[in-house]
Amino acid sequence: MSNQLLQRHGGLALLAAIIAAGPLFLDNGFHYNVAILAGLNAIVCIGLNLLIGHAGQISLGHAGFFALGAYASAILPERFGFHPLGALLTGALLVGLLAFAIARPILRLRGHYLAMATLGMGIIVSIVLDQKVDLTGGPDGMVVGDLTLFGQALRGNLAWYWLVGALLFVTTWMALNLVHSPVGRALKAVHGSELAAAAMGVDVFHYKVLVFVLSAVLAAIAGSLFAHYNGFVTPDEASFIHSIQLVTMVVLGGMASIAGSIVGAVALTLLPQLLADFHDYEMIVFGAILMGTMILLPTGVVPTLAARIRERLA
Amino acid sequence: MTFLRVTGLTKSFGGVRAVDGVDFTVRANDVFSIIGPNGAGKTTLFNLLSGLIAPDAGAVILDGEDVTGLPAHQLATRGLSRSFQNLQVFFNMTALENVMVGNHRHTARRFLPCLLGLPSVRDSERRTRVFAEELMHYVGLERYIHAQAAAMPYGALKRLEIARALATRPRILLLDEPAAGLNPAETAHMDALIRRIAEDGITVLLVEHDMHLVWSVSDHILVLNHGRVLAEGGAREIRANPQVVEAYLGHRARER
Repeated sequence: MSNQLLQRHGGLALLAAIIAAGPLFLDNGFHYNVAILAGLNAIVCIGLNLLIGHAGQISLGHAGFFALGAYASAILPERFGFHPLGALLTGALLVGLLAFAIARPILRLRGHYLAMATLGMGIIVSIVLDQKVDLTGGPDGMVVGDLTLFGQALRGNLAWYWLVGALLFVTTWMALNLVHSPVGRALKAVHGSELAAAAMGVDVFHYKVLVFVLSAVLAAIAGSLFAHYNGFVTPDEASFIHSIQLVTMVVLGGMASIAGSIVGAVALTLLPQLLADFHDYEMIVFGAILMGTMILLPTGVVPTLAARIRERLA
Repeated sequence: MTFLRVTGLTKSFGGVRAVDGVDFTVRANDVFSIIGPNGAGKTTLFNLLSGLIAPDAGAVILDGEDVTGLPAHQLATRGLSRSFQNLQVFFNMTALENVMVGNHRHTARRFLPCLLGLPSVRDSERRTRVFAEELMHYVGLERYIHAQAAAMPYGALKRLEIARALATRPRILLLDEPAAGLNPAETAHMDALIRRIAEDGITVLLVEHDMHLVWSVSDHILVLNHGRVLAEGGAREIRANPQVVEAYLGHRARER
């Protein structure tokens, strides 16, 4: 028990140290850009990993939730005079409600059927963003205003770095709390055996809906922040490729590993920047990584390393 | 005192009546065994009683309350839990965590306190852990407390399922072939465990093919055949019933 608590707090302290030390190693705007995007991806992946890794449900449509959050922050302040923070929260709420509404039919499905249904959902979001030209600007995308906090527009890489860093830290802390609580155990039970979970008094469907909504809301919040940071959004955010990228990050980092989600997100945000020449083949690279991970490191990078270290110590 | 009353329970799968108008009553604190040849409807009956499937007709009255058709997790709340014939262990957890899941309904499991890691949740986790450890001792699995469930031998997993079901604090426990695949020593241990559970005031419903175990632990026996009740009575009565011997134990058993 105390050992577990120590590990948890040790991990959080390590994350805080890495975030705090970041600016010492980030030299220019490009570096900051990659770090901020990695942080936003990590927030999405932590939620997605609770859904995929812990609860054992697949989603190939989470880019849709990310994009809806992004467009809420683009549209609501511009067209309806929302405060950017209000738009972010409204976007998160609407995405949460949408996820809740579609969870009922979708989460009754299993395995390939669930994958297909979430895939379809993502594609529908993508098409709507593409076609509702009067609202979304269509395929050309739209400009997004500044995020204002306490009457001050958030500008500059450093400010964004600290905001995303702080949010990543809080998300990680909450996810760890959840994983080490009866709720986290119930999610793992749903993954392990739905029959047994139900017979032990776990309301299986309730927990599936809960984690689906939670992961969708985290994606929406990250999407909102991305929109403000990037200053521009296009329907590409909702693309199938983006959903696959997110899943690949989770699988590479490690199923049911919060630290893995962060490692996977950072690694696969960095990789395309390092392989800029291969831009046209990005999808092939991601596909190869996904396949390679599943064959060579089926539990993902972080759990594999953790097991190796434990073996050495034992 | 009647604890469980089943009347006219019926379930068909595509024209086959797996359970066909079954009636019986279980007294509190009895070990009540259900026997019958393969395909007699025992497992279907268990799945109906534990809420994994809903009946086509009939009623289940648990301690005076009509619980017909309630889903499994709500029956667990009302004090009914079970083990599974073909193991349904959570292989993605440690043995202890498996048992802790059983205690789910008694933990601080509200979402926000869990998300914020409030002290109430940590206290609850500590209590749940201690309780689960006690149950691991109770079923004789103390050496596996820190083991990964996936690394445990088959016989231990059978007992792990029982510990997990006991963690729900059941008033009635359904055991689906707990001795299947066990060696004689393990079966003797299971025999003692079932008696102890009953002595501790939990009503036990048992489906089992190991007849030594059935004769040994049962207060009352129900014989199913083709989804219907063939006979019912005390262990000695059933053993002497020629109809039962014919249908279930086979012709040669009579000669022995």
